[in-house]
This record gives sequence, C-alpha cells and structure tokens, in this order.
Amino acid sequence: MTETIQLRVTTEADVYVAAHQVKALARQMGFNEADQTRVETVTSELARNIVLYAGEGTVKAQPVTRGRRRGLEIQALDHGPGIADIELAMKDGYTTSGGLGSGLGGAKRMMDEFHIESAPGQGTKVTATKWLNTQH
Amino acid sequence: MEVTRIPILQIENYLVASIQTALHDRAATQFRDDLLERIYETKAQGLILDLTAVDVVDSFLARLTGDIAEMAGLMGTTVVITGLQPEVAITLVELGVELKGVTTALNLEKGIAALRKMVGKEGANGTTG
Repeated sequence: MTETIQLRVTTEADVYVAAHQVKALARQMGFNEADQTRVETVTSELARNIVLYAGEGTVKAQPVTRGRRRGLEIQALDHGPGIADIELAMKDGYTTSGGLGSGLGGAKRMMDEFHIESAPGQGTKVTATKWLNTQH
Repeated sequence: MEVTRIPILQIENYLVASIQTALHDRAATQFRDDLLERIYETKAQGLILDLTAVDVVDSFLARLTGDIAEMAGLMGTTVVITGLQPEVAITLVELGVELKGVTTALNLEKGIAALRKMVGKEGANGTTG
C-alpha cells in the first residue's frame, strides 16, 4: 500500500513537491497532523538545502520497521560541496546562505533520529526518521 | 517563468495579504517587493499577513515572513500575522524561529481589531519618544 518516494530535486518547485509527497506518505502511514507537518517541514528543509548548496540531489522517503516499531525514514542525498563542520552546521543561528540558520538543528528537533554524513567535496547524506506512536 | 502574484487587498487604512499558495522563493521575493510598494503608495498604517492557507513553514519562509514584518515596520507600518495553523505554530517553535516584534492574532477579524488598537495607541503617543 505505501510505497517508496524517490525524487530528483533541482528547483524550488521540487522542494514543495517533495515536501507534499512525503506528507501524503506520512498521512497514509497513520501519523497525526502534527507529525505530518513535522516530516513535511523537515523534507522541505532538507530538499531546500540540496537546491541551495548542491544544486541537485535526491530525496527519498520510505516506511521502515525496527523491531515492533514502524516509522518513516527520509533521506536527502547530494554530491555537492559537503559540510566541513557538521556540529557547527547543526547549531541554531548558523547559516552560510542567508537563511534563518535554524534549519538543520530545528529539523533534528522535529525527528526522532537524525544523522548527517558529510565531508568537504564528498557531498552530504542526511537520514532522518520519525517513529509512529511515539510521544514527541 | 511567470511568477504567481499574491493579491494585496485594502480594508480601511490597512493592507491585507492572504498567502494561499506554497510560496516559491521567487514568488516570495516578488510578494515582498509588491507589498512594500503598496505600503508606500497607500500609506497604509497596518498590514495583515494571513497564513491560514499555509500548511508548511520551513526556516526560509519563516525568515521571509520576519523580513517582511521588519521592512514594513521600518516604513512605519504595524504588522500583524494571522491564521497560523496549530501544526505550523508547533513547527515554528521547534525550528527555533522567533518572529521578533511581530504581533499575531488568531484570525483576520482579531487581526483587524489588534491593528485598530495598536495604530490608535501609536497615534496617541506619536509625539512622545
């Protein structure tokens, strides 16, 4: 019933398409309104980072299970310049793009799990998971 | 590519703009410029940014909203944001977004009421400070 979403992201319009598709998937999976909006916002944030920093990349979203838990995993992958200092990039108020600088840190707060793999020149892979039926 | 323009309405001495669509960055910039131009033309004392139809605000749209409020404020216009959905309010706080100096109201009606109060008060205190 629920399927995997995989989208190439290169433009602002793609950011909204990705966010709305991931929200629809979250709704299908039974996430409540607030969590649907959380994963939508996080997808928007990650997809927009791809467009801003890497120019192009991929957003994937799929249902995952671990033990008895079911969740939604979002993955944002690009081959852009990468992040030199991940810890710094996660800090509130830090931005190199003129954004608000609360994107990554904020995205982490909205999800249950959040991992960034990146190095300068190596691109960036962000994996974020929201579990069903967990209290935020 | 044609940029979607957001209608800006006038009620009394206030401008009202209701954001109905996902605001792409270019449309967002156009909207900001249109708004400031209209404020200048109409000498509006107040501006209501209605976000009732907006279901996702990421950090970039949040920044835009804050910027518009600050710029309009610089032009002497009082800004009230109305119609934030509960989920949007939750994500704004979790993102760590602070809309500094921005007044919010539950809906358009309460927004207009808030503007009347604030603009009236400012008028009365206009010569002090």
